[in-house]
Amino acid sequence: MIRFLTHRTLQGIVLILIVSMIGFTVINLAPGGPLSQYAMTPGMSQQDLDRIAHQMGLDRPIPVQYLDWLVNMVSGDWGKSYRDQSPVLDVVWRHMWATLLLMGTSTAIAVALGTLIGVLGALKRYSVFDYMATVGAMIALSIPTFWFGLVAIFFFSLELGWLPAGNMYTVGDQSFSDYAIHLIMPSIVLALVNVAIWSRYMRASTLDVMDQDYVRTARAKGLPRWRIVSAHIVRNALIPMITLAGLQLPTIIGGALVTETVFTWPGLGRLFIDSLGYNDYPVIMGLLMFSAILTVIGNFLADIGVALADPRIRLG
Amino acid sequence: MTAIPDPATRTRFAIFRGPRVRKFMRHRLAMIGLLTIIFLTLACFFGPYLLPYDELYIDLRARFSPPLTGSHILGTDPLGRDIAARLFSAGQISLTVGFTAMVLSTLIGTVIGVVAGYFGGWSRIGLMRIVDAFLSFPSIFLMLTLAAFLKPSPTMITLIIAVTSWMEVARIVEAEVRGQSSRDFTAAARMVGAPHWWIMGREILPNVIGPIIVAATLTVARAILLEAYISFLGYGIQPPLPSWGNMLNNAQQYLDSAPWLAIVPGVAITLAVTSFNFIGDGLRDALDARSVQ
Repeated sequence: MIRFLTHRTLQGIVLILIVSMIGFTVINLAPGGPLSQYAMTPGMSQQDLDRIAHQMGLDRPIPVQYLDWLVNMVSGDWGKSYRDQSPVLDVVWRHMWATLLLMGTSTAIAVALGTLIGVLGALKRYSVFDYMATVGAMIALSIPTFWFGLVAIFFFSLELGWLPAGNMYTVGDQSFSDYAIHLIMPSIVLALVNVAIWSRYMRASTLDVMDQDYVRTARAKGLPRWRIVSAHIVRNALIPMITLAGLQLPTIIGGALVTETVFTWPGLGRLFIDSLGYNDYPVIMGLLMFSAILTVIGNFLADIGVALADPRIRLG
Repeated sequence: MTAIPDPATRTRFAIFRGPRVRKFMRHRLAMIGLLTIIFLTLACFFGPYLLPYDELYIDLRARFSPPLTGSHILGTDPLGRDIAARLFSAGQISLTVGFTAMVLSTLIGTVIGVVAGYFGGWSRIGLMRIVDAFLSFPSIFLMLTLAAFLKPSPTMITLIIAVTSWMEVARIVEAEVRGQSSRDFTAAARMVGAPHWWIMGREILPNVIGPIIVAATLTVARAILLEAYISFLGYGIQPPLPSWGNMLNNAQQYLDSAPWLAIVPGVAITLAVTSFNFIGDGLRDALDARSVQ
């Protein structure tokens, strides 16, 4: 267990380092670099630019800047937003909850629906339902998330007027039901792709489990069908899904980015798009790091979860 | 049941022989997908010649015409430009970007996968770690950062998509090659003194071409989607050049008054991506070595 923990921690650190190097290089090698914003200000002379560059430490070689940034990041100083000078970590923290709420709700929907569709598809293999679920999943994977969001807004907000078209709450009314009503559409839109992926894997996993000896034993014992399905098949079929949940994290984060943009959801994805528009380099870098760290932690928890759920798997 | 494959035909891409083609043709959805793609491609590249307007012509008096009214078949956009004309020329760009990005990322993925799988050892560990790093990262963040800071021409967008979507191919190829490099014909080639590149290119590659084709088809679907995502967010193909993604860029603000602005390009994207996914699925069924008797 200790070997596993150290091994995975090291792996995670290496991964985060690689991501940070790629991100840092891209941002700093871009034409104009972090100074491009100032360069566009009228009346800004080259001397002023040099002075600002010196103040911000941008006149040093990139590897030096990177090491400096890295040391600061590890010690909890992620720099200051160019937009309002507030610390990046604070900005990320402020926007994180909205994203976690959206991602959590959406994942719960995806897991519930995906499991149901996957298990039913496997139990009624090659039935009309199974066929429809397969084709449906492929179509769902082909619809751009943002477009699905637009179509949903068109029907449910503009035509039918049932749901709000965006934002996380109504100003002045921040009750639970208000949040819930605002959450419905974005979380379902974000869940679509994951329902498709989850149901496909769940179907395959269920089919694997159905061939196992212990299922045959349970059947031979004369257990009722629903007991076999719920206690023996589904429970065991869910175990590999824990790993999948970890692996799907980047997809969900990426999906959250566009979903938040379409539904003006005040989360990290919107923050990222806004920061790109403002050339807010420290925040962009901070968000790159945050998503990498989140992914590493997610995969790590998934591995531990699998080991907890399946006594045959030992971490080591 | 075919007996041991004839050694003379083995390296000549035996995978394209009769039964597999027939199997693919029997896959109904894949055939629908193939026909749709052929239709879409023809429409996008030859459709513009049939229309009275080009994609940049501004007809201010006909702004916001709904589809099927007057001479604009699919309506007009906020500037009065013909949506059908824009859809077709956008399709040329989106399909070209998708296809070229597929070729590039398949090349990168294949080379890395073959090298990692063939040499094994440290080169495998090193290369596959890089693959893991790229895979475990929300590539849309990286793509948007790249697109925002580099000049977003169609070529640049193609490169960015290729650079962030070669990992699946690399993984598949690596796994396939690892199985092949311990086979007898590889050992035989090595024994007669064939150089590494020859063994990789002429002995191993033809045997793993099936999975590569499947992965490549699915990559086209993915690349078209990715282009749509970054262009929708405003960092992809830049106006006045139309692409399916950037046609949707401003559609949200007119959703109430002119919903066709959002619906028309979205349907085109979904149609193209679904078709490529169906074709990929059909190819997987047809090219899977175990499934052909």
